[in-house]
Amino acid sequence: MTFIGNKSDLRVVGTRPVRPDGVDKVTGRAVYGADATMPGQIIGKVLRSPHPHAKIISIDTSKAEKLPGVKGVITSADIPNIPSEEAFVGEGPMNFRDLSLNCMARDKVLYEGHVVAAVAAINDAVADAALKLIDVKYEILPHVIDVEEAMAPGAPILHDNLFTAGVTPKPTTASNVAKQVRFTIGDVEAGFAQADVIVEQTYTTAPVHQAYIEPHACVAAIAADGQVLITASSQGHFMIRAYTAKLLGIEIANIRVTNAEIGGGFGGKTVVYLEPLAVALSKKSGRPVKMTMTREDVFRGTGPTSGGTIYVKVGATKDGKITAAQTIIKLQAGAFPGSPINPALMCAFAMYDLANVDTLGYDVVSNRPKVAAYRAPGAPISSFAAESAIDDLARKLGMDPIDLRLKNAAKQGSKTVYGVTHGVIGYEEVLNAAKAHPHWTAPLGKNQGRGVATGFWFNIGGESTGGVFINEDGTASVVTGSPDIGGSRASMAMMAAEVLGIPYEKVRAVIPDTASIGFTHVTGGSRVTYATGMAVTQAAQAVVEDLKKRAAMIWDISPEAVEWKDGEAVPAGANAGGFDPLPLAAIALKAAKTGGPIGSEISVNAQGAGPGFGAHICDIEVDPETGHSTILRYTAVQDVGRAIHPSYVEGQIQGGAVQGIGWALNEEYIYNKKGHMDNAGFLDYRIPVASDLPMIEAVLVEVPNTRHPFGVRGVGEVPIVPPMAAVRNAIRGAIDLEMFHLPMSPPRIRAAVDAAKAPKAAE
Amino acid sequence: MPTVVISGSSCRDFTHGESEFEVAATTFRQLIRELEQRFPGLGEHVEEYMAIAIDGVIYQDAYHAPLKPNSEIVLIPKIGAG
Repeated sequence: MTFIGNKSDLRVVGTRPVRPDGVDKVTGRAVYGADATMPGQIIGKVLRSPHPHAKIISIDTSKAEKLPGVKGVITSADIPNIPSEEAFVGEGPMNFRDLSLNCMARDKVLYEGHVVAAVAAINDAVADAALKLIDVKYEILPHVIDVEEAMAPGAPILHDNLFTAGVTPKPTTASNVAKQVRFTIGDVEAGFAQADVIVEQTYTTAPVHQAYIEPHACVAAIAADGQVLITASSQGHFMIRAYTAKLLGIEIANIRVTNAEIGGGFGGKTVVYLEPLAVALSKKSGRPVKMTMTREDVFRGTGPTSGGTIYVKVGATKDGKITAAQTIIKLQAGAFPGSPINPALMCAFAMYDLANVDTLGYDVVSNRPKVAAYRAPGAPISSFAAESAIDDLARKLGMDPIDLRLKNAAKQGSKTVYGVTHGVIGYEEVLNAAKAHPHWTAPLGKNQGRGVATGFWFNIGGESTGGVFINEDGTASVVTGSPDIGGSRASMAMMAAEVLGIPYEKVRAVIPDTASIGFTHVTGGSRVTYATGMAVTQAAQAVVEDLKKRAAMIWDISPEAVEWKDGEAVPAGANAGGFDPLPLAAIALKAAKTGGPIGSEISVNAQGAGPGFGAHICDIEVDPETGHSTILRYTAVQDVGRAIHPSYVEGQIQGGAVQGIGWALNEEYIYNKKGHMDNAGFLDYRIPVASDLPMIEAVLVEVPNTRHPFGVRGVGEVPIVPPMAAVRNAIRGAIDLEMFHLPMSPPRIRAAVDAAKAPKAAE
Repeated sequence: MPTVVISGSSCRDFTHGESEFEVAATTFRQLIRELEQRFPGLGEHVEEYMAIAIDGVIYQDAYHAPLKPNSEIVLIPKIGAG
């Protein structure tokens, strides 16, 4: 693969053209999941369990079925009882049987909000009335919400067939601990023995939701011949197709999925909740079925990311050389196994060049919704603890926290705890950019503090398909299988335009349905600009080669005698002939005469996505009377490899930082003693809004990834990793109190302030 | 010969604690087969749940990935994401 990312040579990549979906989105023309319709559609709704843990004794749907206007009612009896089958999806291993049981409970409900039945009716009112007529008899079981309580002896067991994996000998008693996993390099005990200073603390984080603004929605229809049509908002219409096929026993070729515009996903839309139910309801009713979640549905029925308990111990010599690091992490998986425990362990200290590291983790089920992926799954949780401890270590050593990080920074050749040796990475460049930024040395006022924290994410590649097709007038169409969540239509068009040598405005990118382009993995993992961009770039390069051959045909010379320059075919030299340049449009006009339509579609399984690093600086003011925190200034520095469209890259960084700030300061699931979520709405589950925050300044550091033609590194995950520790470290600077639990909400800060005052009051 | 390095506990369970050994494989596919022969169950485990880093570059579901004679091959869990 040729690296074509030398910045001085680029005309389109690195510029900031107008986003192609902007007009549709600001005028309301864009079709989101809830906007999609099918002729004759009816409304589907679900009945959710009011209990966090209970056996289903019986479900009587007869009254609901007799209600006028009801066209169908389904329970687990209408969903295939599929066997256990492990697969790697979203943020890690998952079992399709669990996915099926998460969509529709079979024998037990495992969390408040677990679906037990669904109806299809002619309108919302009838559907709501029908749900009330379904009689479910439960045998209520003891429940457990907290991760530590779920691990404790005598805890209510969610799954009788769940035995802790990763321990020897294999357990014979069922447990809520699904898995134990460990990564180790060196000898941490010897490392700690060399340390002059040690920091050792336990931190907790709360489960937080991705809080995408658009709730899940779909419309689905199955015809008499078994052909299924689905329109849904998701991070991958091929994912919707595959999972619906698997859960309902339908051949993939019989399902066609169109991806609606998506109002945010952040990992939470990499699994199915509604689509299999909508298809089953359509089969039952003979009509297309539309299903739309409310915000309350989203909170009660879909996956947040894990909360957890994180023990961290870090030791260093007096001069700031870290000699050992250790962490023990217990993560909530929700009702089924599959928390992001592996990446949590792998990322905790990946920013550092350490000889002795030990990380131990537990994947723990409890009576909460099954977790789903959320930006850099696991990394923000472990990094909150690790980067808080690193900051406290700097204080103990009397060192500048950036200098401490620089002294121990991972670089090319550094070995990680998971064994991989870093290649070309930009962590030191990021730290130096943060240190040189005026923000780092700006003055602070009373009750104000400054914190810094850093983060790492692997980034991934994977399967993608991209096509470039030349239209008759010389414009180009780009097609990909990647739903556009963060601006990929623009970046794909820009990469194609760069290779073709034509203006960005001459290229339009679209995302066709699953029957109209090759398989493409979900939009997630910061993989689209890397992997799908690779496919589009290769397709554009193939088109250029074809255009050169066609120009040669027109000139009646050898193809080797033709070069492609600035969107035109030109003779390679004087010996090739004295021809005038042939613009792309002129060649397109003669497409029929030179061999037919001009285009190329390339499928790749991209490997070698380069990891990303970020460093965030946060200024905060804390009101000690109320415990309220105000973010005064926030700067996020990140190695992005090469920014294709810098505005979109900055948007990713700003969005990740804002979500992390919400995670730090306010967001949490609040459960009452009955195991019910008490804050299932945006009034009580507080995410940051624009008026809460200053403009987040994004600083782009470009250390190109030479495995991508333009040097791209994924950018969407890294920016959510540092914020919680950056905010926490800033709070410590503001009020000189160590905080160990998220969120650092006003009541929790007030409590810390009061606790600190208490001994003084007693004196 | 390429050297396989294991840092995570999930694969060490198959190798009975052995964390570093040489292999004759020259591709990811051959590596899976060789691991299965030497440590029954490990090849299948790697096929389903693991990626490999070849000299620091991560390959996931890539049978064709070449292993050079002096390559360091690290078995790591597959990486997903949001």
